[in-house]
Amino acid sequence: MEFIYISLAVALVLLVLHFVMLKLSLNKEVRILVIIASLVGFTYWGIEPYAHHIMHPEVAEADFTFKDLKNVDTSLAGNAENGKVLVEANCIACHSIESAGFPQMMPNADAAASYGVVPPDLSSAGRIYDKNYLANFIFDPVSAMHLQHKYTPESGKSFPMPSYNWMSAQEIMDIVAYFESIAPKVAEGSEAHKQSFDAACGRCHSMAYAGSEALTPAETIKNYMGATPPDLSQYIKSRGHHYLNNFINDPQVLLHGTSMPRVGLTEKAQEEVIAYMEEVGDRKKAERETLGLWVMLYTLIFAILAYLWKRKIWSEVH
Amino acid sequence: MAEFKKADSMLEWFDQRLGVVNFAKVMMTEYWIPKNINFLWAMGVLLTVLFTFLVVSGIFLLMYYKPDVNMAFDSVNYTIMQEVAYGWLFRHIHAVGASVVFLVIYIHMFTGIYYGSYKKGREMIWVSGMLLFVLFSAEGFSGYMLPWGQMSYWAAYVITELFGGIPFIGNELVVWIRGNFYVSDSTLTRFFMLHVLLLPLLIIGAIVFHFYALRFPHVNNEEGEFFDFDEEAEKYKAGDKKGSKVVAFWPVFLSKDFFVLGFFMLFFFYLTFFHYGFAMDAINFDKADGLKTPAHIYPEWYFLWSYEVLRGFFFDIAGISGKSLGLIAFGIANVIFFLLPWLDRSPMVKPANQRPYFKYWFWLMMADLVVLTVFGKLPPTGINAWIGFASSMTFLILFASLPFITKAEAKKAGGK
Ligand code: HEM
Repeated sequence: MEFIYISLAVALVLLVLHFVMLKLSLNKEVRILVIIASLVGFTYWGIEPYAHHIMHPEVAEADFTFKDLKNVDTSLAGNAENGKVLVEANCIACHSIESAGFPQMMPNADAAASYGVVPPDLSSAGRIYDKNYLANFIFDPVSAMHLQHKYTPESGKSFPMPSYNWMSAQEIMDIVAYFESIAPKVAEGSEAHKQSFDAACGRCHSMAYAGSEALTPAETIKNYMGATPPDLSQYIKSRGHHYLNNFINDPQVLLHGTSMPRVGLTEKAQEEVIAYMEEVGDRKKAERETLGLWVMLYTLIFAILAYLWKRKIWSEVH
Repeated sequence: MAEFKKADSMLEWFDQRLGVVNFAKVMMTEYWIPKNINFLWAMGVLLTVLFTFLVVSGIFLLMYYKPDVNMAFDSVNYTIMQEVAYGWLFRHIHAVGASVVFLVIYIHMFTGIYYGSYKKGREMIWVSGMLLFVLFSAEGFSGYMLPWGQMSYWAAYVITELFGGIPFIGNELVVWIRGNFYVSDSTLTRFFMLHVLLLPLLIIGAIVFHFYALRFPHVNNEEGEFFDFDEEAEKYKAGDKKGSKVVAFWPVFLSKDFFVLGFFMLFFFYLTFFHYGFAMDAINFDKADGLKTPAHIYPEWYFLWSYEVLRGFFFDIAGISGKSLGLIAFGIANVIFFLLPWLDRSPMVKPANQRPYFKYWFWLMMADLVVLTVFGKLPPTGINAWIGFASSMTFLILFASLPFITKAEAKKAGGK
C-alpha cells in the first residue's frame, strides 16, 4: 500500500515537473536528462532502499544498558580487594586471568573437550563487558546470554558455567570491581580493535583473512553449539555495520533461536569489534577512498576540457 | 605487383601499404552523422567505452581468479580484493561496469524505441542491437556466478532450473547445462569458459556487425527526418558546414560524445569508489552453500523485470500450471523486443510524443517496466503477487496490442 501512495506522489511530482519544465522552456537536453534521472532514481529507490526496508524490517535500537537484566543491584559500590578473594576461590579453577598472573591450565583443545568451548581468559572482562551485563551474567549466565531456549531441562544440556545466584549482590559487585581494576589499559586504534575481537569473539569464530583460527576446534564447537560458527572475514561486507551493531548486541532479535549468545559488550568494545571486522574485511577502504577522489578530480578536468573542445567544434557547424 | 615509389613520410608509407588515408575518411572524417541529435545519441559510444573498461579490468582479474569451487570465493575476495595491488580497483570497475552497462543499454534501447530508430530500413541495426542485449545478458549471468557467493550459487540454481520446464527434454537439458545433477564445480568451470572466452568473442563480433548495420540506413535523428545524405555531405565538404544537415563522425560527433562521456565517467567513478553496493550484493560475500537457501533470492537488477514476468503467474489458468505459464511469458519477454520492427505497423518515424497513439504505448511500457523491476525484487507475497500478475499481464497485452494500435495510427495519419 505504502508503495502505491509513494508511486502516486512521485507520478504527481513528475507531472508538475513536466509542466514547470515546459513553462521554463528549459533546454531540451536538460529536460531529457531530468526525465531519465527521475525514472532511474525512482527505480533505484525501489530496488535498493525500499526493497531493503521491506526485506529487513527495522528492529529495536541496540540497548547497551542491558536493561532487561535486573537480578543484581548494580548501584552498589564494589570492593576490588574482596572481589579478588572471591575470584580466586570461584573462577580460576576454569578461567585463566593472564593479566593477574593466573595462566591457562590446559591446552585449548583439552579445555574445549572438557567444557564444550574454551573458557574465556578474564583479563579484559572488566574492559569489554558492560557492568550490568557482567554482574547479571555471574548471577545467571544463561538468561544473560538469552540462551534459555538451548539449555532447557528437556535438552539435557547445561551451560558449563554454574550460576552464582547464591552470592549476594555486594559480592557480585566486588567481583566486577576486581575485574575492572585488573583490566589492562590498551592503546586506542587497531591494536585495541583486535584485542576486543579476540576476547569477545575469537573463542568460537575464525577470521581466516587475518590468519586467525577459533580457539575452540570446529568439531567440538559444532557438538556443543549445534552449528559451526561462521568465519567472520567478510561479515563486514555481507552484513554491514548497521546489522552487526544490532546483531552483536542481542543476536536473538535478528536471528530468533540462534545459538550465538548475547556477549554483553559495552558500546565502545562493540565498536572496536566492528572496526576490527572492517580492518580485516575491507582492508583497502582508505586506499579506495583517497584514490577515488583523485580519479574523480582527474575525470572532472577531462570532462571540462571535453566540453570546451565540443563548444569550439560545434560553433563551426551551428 | 604494383610499383611502389619511395614514401616521403611515415603516413605515406603506411598509406601505400594499408590505405590508411582512405580508411580514416570512410570510418571517421567522412562518415556522416545527422546534426540534429541530442546526448542520447552518445549512448552507443558510452557502451563501447564501457565494454572496453570491462575487457581491460576483466583481463586483470583473470590473472588471479581461480575457477574452482574451493578456491573461487577466496581468490576473488582475498587474493584480488586484498593481496594484489589495485586488484580491488579492477574488481570494482568490473562489477560496477557490468551493472552500469545495462543501465546504458536500456537507455540506448528505449532511445531507439522512442525515436522509432528500429524501422524503415533500420531493422538490422535493431536486430543486431537485440543480439547484443541477449549476449550481454548471458555475459552478466555467467559472470555473476564466478565469485561463488551465496547469490552466485542460488541465482545459478534458480535460472538453470528454469530449463527443466521445457517439455520432454527439460530434465536432461538442465543436467546438460550444469554438467552435473546440481550446480557444481563443472557448472562453474563451464560458465567461466563462457564468460571469458566464447561470449566476449561473440560480443565483439556482434558489435562489429552492429556498427556495420549502421552504415547504410544511417543514424536516425531527433525528428525522424529522412534526407539525402550524399547531398548534405557535399554541402558540408564544400564548406557550408552550418547549412548542412550532417556532421563528420570525427571530430564533430565524437567531440560531443567525449563531453557526454566525461560527465558520465564522473558518475561512473563515483559509483565505483563510493557507492558500489547495488552492483555487489551483500549476500554474495557469504560463500556459496548448497545446503543453506537465502531468505530472498533475486537476480541482478537488470533481470528483475523479466524475472517478475516469470513470477507473475503464480496460479493455474485453464488447467495450465502457473509455473508453465510463467515460463512461457518469460520466454516471450526475452524475445519479443526482437520483433518490434514488425509489430509496429505504422510507417511513421517520429519521436513517440509526436505520434498520436504510440506515445501512450511508450510511456505505459516504461511505467510497466519500472513496476516490474521494483516488484521483481520484493517478496512475492500478498498484494505484491497480484501487482506482479497485473504488471506481467500489462506487459504481454501491450505487446499484443501494438500492431493494432500502430495500424490505427497509420490510418489516422494517412487520413489527414
Ligand atoms: C553494448 C552494446 C551496444 C553498443 C556498443 C552499441 C553501439 C551503438 C552505436 C555506436 C550506435 C550509433 C549512434 C548511437 O549511439 O545512437 C548505435 C546505434 C543504435 N543501436 Fe546500438 N549499441 C549496443 C547495443 C544496442 C542494443 C541492445 C540495441 C537495441 C536493442 C541497440 C540498438 C541501436 C539502434 C536502434 C541504433 C540506431 C540509433 C539511431 O539510428 O538513432 N544497440 N549503437
